Amino acid sequence: MAQRIVVDPITRIEGHLRIDAEVENGVISKAWSSGQMWRGIEVILQGRDPRDAWHFVQRICGVCTTVHALASVRTVENALGLEIPMNAQYIRNLVMSLHALHDHIVHFYILSALDWVDVVSALQADIGKTVQLSETLSNWPGNSANRFRKVQSKVQSIVDSGQLGPFANGYWGHPAMILPPEANLMAVSHYLEALDYQRKADQAIAIISGKNPHVQNMSVGGVTAAINPDNETTLNIERLYWVKQLAEEVRGFIQQVYLPDVIAIGALYKDWLQYGKGVTNYLAVPDMVLDTKGTKFDLPGGTIMGGDLGTVKGITSFNDSYFRDNVVECIARSWYDGDWTRHPYEEDTVPKYTEFQDDGKYSWMKAPRFQGQPMQVGPLAQVLVGYAQGHELTTKYVNDTLSRVSSLAGAQVGPEALHSPPGRHLARAIRASMLADLSIKHW
Amino acid sequence: MSTQDTGKAIDAQLSRRRFIKGCSMAAAALGLSETMVPKLVEAAASPQRPPVIWLHFQECTGCTESLLRASHPDIGRLILDIISLDYHETIMAAAGHQAEEAMQASIEKNKGKFICVVEGAIPTKDGGIYCQIGGRTAMDILADVGPKAAAIIAIGTCASYGGIQAARPNPTGAVGVRDLIKDTPIINIPGCPPNPVCFLGTVLHYLTFKRLPRTDQLGRPLFAYGRKNHDQCERRPHFDEGRFVEQFGDEAHKQGYCLYKVGCKGPQTYANCPVARFNDVGVWPVGVGHGCIGCTEPDFWDTMTPFYERLPGVTIPGGGQGIVTGADSIGKKILGVTAAAVGIHAAVGIGKKVIKGNTSERAEDK
Repeated sequence: MAQRIVVDPITRIEGHLRIDAEVENGVISKAWSSGQMWRGIEVILQGRDPRDAWHFVQRICGVCTTVHALASVRTVENALGLEIPMNAQYIRNLVMSLHALHDHIVHFYILSALDWVDVVSALQADIGKTVQLSETLSNWPGNSANRFRKVQSKVQSIVDSGQLGPFANGYWGHPAMILPPEANLMAVSHYLEALDYQRKADQAIAIISGKNPHVQNMSVGGVTAAINPDNETTLNIERLYWVKQLAEEVRGFIQQVYLPDVIAIGALYKDWLQYGKGVTNYLAVPDMVLDTKGTKFDLPGGTIMGGDLGTVKGITSFNDSYFRDNVVECIARSWYDGDWTRHPYEEDTVPKYTEFQDDGKYSWMKAPRFQGQPMQVGPLAQVLVGYAQGHELTTKYVNDTLSRVSSLAGAQVGPEALHSPPGRHLARAIRASMLADLSIKHW
Repeated sequence: MSTQDTGKAIDAQLSRRRFIKGCSMAAAALGLSETMVPKLVEAAASPQRPPVIWLHFQECTGCTESLLRASHPDIGRLILDIISLDYHETIMAAAGHQAEEAMQASIEKNKGKFICVVEGAIPTKDGGIYCQIGGRTAMDILADVGPKAAAIIAIGTCASYGGIQAARPNPTGAVGVRDLIKDTPIINIPGCPPNPVCFLGTVLHYLTFKRLPRTDQLGRPLFAYGRKNHDQCERRPHFDEGRFVEQFGDEAHKQGYCLYKVGCKGPQTYANCPVARFNDVGVWPVGVGHGCIGCTEPDFWDTMTPFYERLPGVTIPGGGQGIVTGADSIGKKILGVTAAAVGIHAAVGIGKKVIKGNTSERAEDK
């Protein structure tokens, strides 16, 4: 007899998600993923000035905010056949890449680390051994005995107060939490440092965007950030160098702390590298634009089907018909009127709620498909399509990272390990390292 | 025990002795008996951090994200030293039943004492089915938790007034907290998202004075929403003197002139953006050349759009010409100095182009 488990709310994400699973003999046999909120932004946008649309759609998500803004202005520009001045492309590239740095740091430390790191176990750590461990991973100056001692006493004071706050009811002490106390203490220390470095990435964005989250410097056709080295109110040399310094500081944290931490977690949770594949069709769109028309990029896009890197096919421009013509959305399981699969150009959005129907409609999410297939998107997809196409920067970081995981784990770990849960974190840290380099290149 | 640790322990004993002595003096000053001293000591030295329960409804998490950017206090200090954040879906370790248990335990223990923060609007149409958490609608959760709080802080324009989902045609019947809760003190911190200093200032004010700060008629604290952006704007002299950006990217734009004609809504927006600025880098939207969109005002998604059209009902001084004679000629003189240098050779990157004097467009895509 299958046991039904409902996890609602799923926490440490943006939005309201409910996951249902049926478990038989310790294995999940059926599962449902249900979006529990609808706001109707598609409906609200109808009849409005297309120049305003990006402000609205940016509010789809306050975590991945800027990419919605960019997607929206590019959509209108695409419809109008506009070319974008190169200076504006660079500014957009900086906003996109710096925001990814913030996002990937937050995703790992603030949103995910508590699934791998046992905060309470950090109390048992030996300070000297923690320093030793950290020095085998990197030469980050924040890894000092004084720092670790201070963090440990902070954790102690929270535990002693009896007010665990956001750490209440975690799986502390669970046997699946296998990191040694020293690795846990180091990770908690880096969790707190991550709060500082994600903020620096946002500061760099804010200098060119006016504020963050929800930037306010885009416009259909370009950006509103004026450049004038002879004016105090525009982007001048002082402002631009501030962006660069912040980007360099964040790159230091990513390459000396974030990437090494994920490499260590990958190696220590090496059994987890063997399972937990999601959908192995991958889709990534290109970005970091290198021309006015959106046909040359520093970050490649494309698709991979069935986990076979040999099937890679590039998406090479904002006008690529391979991408445009193969996307559909389906509402068979969604609380909308009808049962269709349509191209986005042909869709409508008419809400029609039912109860949670196991074999019918159970979510506010529409289901996107590419050539009729579900696709995995995100950092792993971007890294794999780059790696499969022999993209130089991607290949360099993938090979370097996998060789460091292999050496720590004492076993050969190849690219196939990237399909796993720790593998997806490795891919995100790889993408962050690439974008840290690219943000400075595009500065 | 190392010397350093011994020193710390002695310090702690000394300071505790001084602290109790201080409490005795306070008791004497208040005319209380010596037996009250231990109670005073307990109250003043309570290690309990004030509990906060943070509810997410129809929202984008941008308000929470804005707190991640705060510096004073920063998020680490806020949640580890100042408050006890007992429920917050974006940050908390627990999920599902464990998360709900954590919330119920805190409410039970701190009934009438905790601060409830609401992020997001509450959909009321069709019984509220457009936002459900743990099988309960946002309406049900707010009706249950809200009245048990000491005070409610509505963070963001959504929780304050309905926000983006309440924009025409408001397909889910979204409303703000004050439309549903009547008997609990509520303060609104609108903005999309608000500057974190507005929220944190309100929390610190409450913890310091044990009451909410003074507000305007829309429930916004005066310390942050008492004046219009237009009246505090560094570009205001350009408005008064008739110097306007006519189009993004024109020479006036590069001189940092007034953005009213390209849609700035500062003249009708109460906020502290030009004073508090964002992200600790001295910026706000107008400062980077984009008009204010009026995001701290109720219904701004309808009343302030189209964003790139002029706000009606605003009078430019001097009969629309500005009040300083010769403003045009001053402007022209400045423009002459900054005529852009032509490209030297192509460079990748915006900073490198500026340094090389190559800010002319399309130098490298030919």
